Order: sequence, then C-alpha cells, then structure tokens
Amino acid sequence: MYTTLPSSFQRPLRCIAAIALAFAASSAAPAIAPTSAAPDFTLRTMGGPNMRLQEQRGRVVMVNFWATWCGPCRQEMPQLDRLYQKYKSSGFVLLGVNVDDDAMKAADVAAKLGVSFPVLLDTDKAVSKLYDLSTMPSTVIIDRDGKVRYVHRGYLNGYEENYEKQIRELLK
Amino acid sequence: MKTRMRPAIALIAASALLGGCSMLPTFKPIEPWVKPYERERLADPIMKLSRDSLPEKHFEHVRDVREAARGATGVQGGGCGCN
Amino acid sequence: MAATRRSNARLRAGGVARLRGLRAARRRAALLRRLAGLIGGVLAASGARAVDLPEDHAEALYHLYNGGGVTAQGPALLVRKSIADKVSLTGTYYVDAVSNASIDVVTTASPYRETRQEFALSGDYVYRDSQITVAASTSHEPDYVANNGSIDVTQEVFGGMTNVSLGFSRGSDRVTKKGSPEFQDHATHWQYRLGATQILTPRWLMSANFEALSDDGFLGSPYRVARVFGAAVPERNPRTRTGRAVKLRLIGDLGNRDAMHLEYRYFRDTWAIKAHTAELGYSRYLGQAWLADAYARYYTQSHALFYSDNAISETTYVSRNRQLSTFNDGSLGAKLSYTVRKIPGRYEVKLNGAYEYTRFKFKDFTDVRTGSLYGYSSSVVQLYVSAIY
Repeated sequence: MYTTLPSSFQRPLRCIAAIALAFAASSAAPAIAPTSAAPDFTLRTMGGPNMRLQEQRGRVVMVNFWATWCGPCRQEMPQLDRLYQKYKSSGFVLLGVNVDDDAMKAADVAAKLGVSFPVLLDTDKAVSKLYDLSTMPSTVIIDRDGKVRYVHRGYLNGYEENYEKQIRELLK
Repeated sequence: MKTRMRPAIALIAASALLGGCSMLPTFKPIEPWVKPYERERLADPIMKLSRDSLPEKHFEHVRDVREAARGATGVQGGGCGCN
Repeated sequence: MAATRRSNARLRAGGVARLRGLRAARRRAALLRRLAGLIGGVLAASGARAVDLPEDHAEALYHLYNGGGVTAQGPALLVRKSIADKVSLTGTYYVDAVSNASIDVVTTASPYRETRQEFALSGDYVYRDSQITVAASTSHEPDYVANNGSIDVTQEVFGGMTNVSLGFSRGSDRVTKKGSPEFQDHATHWQYRLGATQILTPRWLMSANFEALSDDGFLGSPYRVARVFGAAVPERNPRTRTGRAVKLRLIGDLGNRDAMHLEYRYFRDTWAIKAHTAELGYSRYLGQAWLADAYARYYTQSHALFYSDNAISETTYVSRNRQLSTFNDGSLGAKLSYTVRKIPGRYEVKLNGAYEYTRFKFKDFTDVRTGSLYGYSSSVVQLYVSAIY
C-alpha cells in the first residue's frame, strides 16, 4: 500500500530539509536578471579616459567585476584575457570593473597579470551597487542591443568554457 | 494553531528571515548588510582569525602542558604525555 | 488473499471519511513540497557561491621553550598542496626534544632527556559553500603514544556573512612507564566543537567557539607524586574528566593598515577547575614588507577539587600536579614578519620571528626546597619561514 514513508513522517522531514536548504542557500534574489536592460554607467579607465557602457552598443559586452584581494578573480583574469584576444576583432569587448579602494593597487596587479582588456575603476562602488553584486567575482554578458543575457556569479575552474559558448552564440 | 501547520509556519518564518521570500511581501527580510565588494579589509591577512598554523600549534601545545584549560581555540591537535 | 480482501473491505467501509482526510493530507503535503521547493529555489538561485580551497603553502619552523627548568626545542614542517582544485592535503612533522629538569623532576627524580615526534595528515574538501576537513595525527614518545582523528565541517551561510562550523575529535593514547615494563594503561579523549564566525561591519568580525571535552582512562603521570601528611605517595587521579570551554573573539580593522583583536575564554570541568583567559593584541603593517604583532595575555585558574600541596586528610583522589593548582600567568608577546618576495596570486615568501615572555605565579603550590610559593618565568622563541605558492 505505502511504498514511501507515511505522510506524517514525510511532511516534517521535508520541512526540516527545506529549512536546512534555506539556511544553506544564500539570500536575496538578484536585481540584474537576464533579458533586463543593462544599467548604463561611466567609469574612469586605468589609462585615464572615461568609458561609457552605452557607447559599446552594437558589440557584445562582458562586464567582469573583480578585486585584487579576491583569489578566484585573479585566477579568472588570464582566461578572460584569452577570450578578449580571441574575439575582440569579431565585435566583442571585455570591461574589467575593479572594486578596490586603492586604484594604484588595482593597476599594479592588472599589470602583473598582464591583462590587455580595459580595466575600469569603481572605487566608490557605485556601479557595484547598481548591478547589485552578490558575489565576487561576478560576470555579466550583454548582447548587441544592450540587454543582459547571462549572469555568472563566482568563478570555478571550467566556467570559461561556458563564457566562450555564450559569447559565440551572441556574436552570431 | 493546528500541529500540522507548525512546520509550515516555521519554514516560512525561517525563509522570510533569511530573505528573498516573494510569497510574503509584508515581511521585511534581513539582507546581508556587508556586500561582497565591501569585504576588502576583511580579506586582509591581519584580519584572519588564524594566520600560521605551525606556530599556533606550538603555542597551544606549550599552553596545554602548563595550564589546565583546554579547547575552543580553533587549533586541532593530538595529545601527548607531557605534563 | 483473504486477508487483503478483508483489509480492503475494512478500508472501504470505515474509511470514506478517512480517505477524504488522507487525500487532503496528501494535497497539503504536495503543496508544502512545492512551497519548500520554490523558496529553496529562489534562495539557491542567487549563487554558485564558492568557498575557496585553502591556499597552497609551506612552513618551516624552529621552536624553543625555556622555563621552569624545562627546555624543549625542535623543528617542525608543514606542507599544504591542493590536488585537482578539489582537495587540499596537508602534511605536518613536528619534533620536540625535551630536556626536563623541572621542579617536579628535580625534587623527586633526576633530570632527563626525551624526544617526541608527531606526524599529522589532513585533507580539506570544498563543495559550494561547505568545507570538510578530515585529519589524523600520531605522537610518539618513549613512554606515551597518542593517536588522534578529527572531522570538521564549515558552512557559509547568510550571504557569506556567517560561517558555522561543527567538529569532532577522538584520541586514543597508550601510556607506559620507563623502567616498569609491567605498567601499561590507556586514555581516550573526545572533543565536540561548535563555532560561528560573523561579519559585523566591513571592518569588524567576531567569532564564538564552544567545545566540550571528555577524557577517560589514565589521566595523570606515572612518575608524579603527591604529598600526604608530608610524605610522598604516588598521585591518584580520577579516571574521567569532562570540561567545557567557550571562547569569544573580536577582530577589527582600525583603518591605518592595522588591526586589533580581543579574546576571552572560559573553561570549566568536572575536576572543579574554573579558568579564564583574556588576550588583547595589535597588528600593524610597517612599510611595504614588514608586519608587526604585539599581544598581552592573562590566564587564571582555580585548583582541582582533589589538588593539594600537602594533603592533611586521606581522600580517594589526591594530586600535587601544579597544572591543577590555583595560579595565574601573564604573557607579553611580539612577532615580526618580513616579506622577502611577493607576487600577488603567484607566490610569497616570508621570514618570521616571534617571542613570548610568561610569568607564572602559584597560589597553592610551594617549592619544597624553600617552602615558599613557587613562581617562574619562561620564554618561547619561534623562527620560521612561510611561503605561499
């Protein structure tokens, strides 16, 4: 008759499991979700001149939020640089938004890691707040019409393959 | 309050507390107030609770031998016959 | 066959209402399932947040302790390496060469030399927001072998602002006595740990740790003697001991490339010992390559129930172990680190030196040679090289 646990056992067990899951999972749904328009911003680049997101309309943009004190961010940089070198001639641009308090340290680490893509400085964290970052690093992929298509939170080995697939798809 | 509803209430309360529960717009969820991009100072080595494990292990061993209080230090270790 | 028919009939007859009740209950269960799934999904959707594997690093240490007639020194080595970005393994080797001419030894026997060796191996595994650490260690002395195993689980919750950890250790020791091959005993230890670290502000964090310790078996020293009515008798310790410790810590960044920490620990056990530990420390970066730390620590404890400097009654248990007496000690310590080479994210090599001076004052333990209350001071020196690679 009963092939599973009686419901009197199942309900509290599922509730406990759900509460445990609620504790284990992180909180707050993100404000930046796929298919919403990417909030525009203007930031100073490492080289000096300002750069505006809206000016990149027509190109596929990947915005990567990173910091010198974040291990996975530094791990990710060489992979992002490789992607930038490979696809920049096809209409792809990568903006590395740094959130350090000290711009000099950011420039120093970026130079040491040998990144060729533009590094923007968000020292007052305004753009981070605008994009409601919930993890470091965070990567947002925006299509040619300025719409957010993919949001990646965190970085683990192998994520760059996913990035490449999504960039190729949007470049078509 | 029916006993059957208690687990459900507890579940809803717990998830509302942790935030992001779109089912109950009247509850104000507690959100993490230190954002990931604000954790620069906390990532510094001098803010670490435990920096170098060997020297700490040595200090804990020296104190364990001479003092009767043990535990809650964050250093896991074995024993020895030193006393 | 008949039984099934009978039970079906019973169900049909007595249970139409029950069946409706059951259906309603199942619908409620399904709704709750969907609710739990939805909430869980919404909460889980915000992150493939990852706890980092601990960094690869290595430490080589020379340690020296000198105080109260005891000198213990030796090298220690630690190497940590991550395998395939999933598991981090740590190997530790620790040597203690002890030259013991302490007050106990000098007044009851003759000074001796002994070497203790310890090996430990541990593995860390990270999955999303959790980290599991499994460790095993073994310590060898000519008359004492201790084996220990532990498991710890750490979980990041609440957007990474809170870290909750649970741990369990079990130790098993074999005690023998030099010169008395007929003496053999054992001791077992259990430890249960619970801890939480909470980020308070972008500059302050605090942690609370609780540990319950339980020991069973031979918990004394086969060489130590107690004093009853002025005469030396072998000590008699209880064969069980349970203690609890709670420790609170606060660390804060002070804004000038410096930080301070404050800690307090309370310990209490079934041997009636109550102990308080307090520590205050300050760290500061000096220039680009130097890091300096300074701290002050104070410890005080009350004596074990059966402890006595000179017992004037016959009790089941009696001990003159000064570790169980009423005493306090104050320490001042300093540490200096020099970064030899640093490439962020690649490697870093540091040279470090630490020194700690401690002064012990006993309230109910006397020096039998002089009859006055005992006290001594000790120094700890640590010189080590640490590298992140």
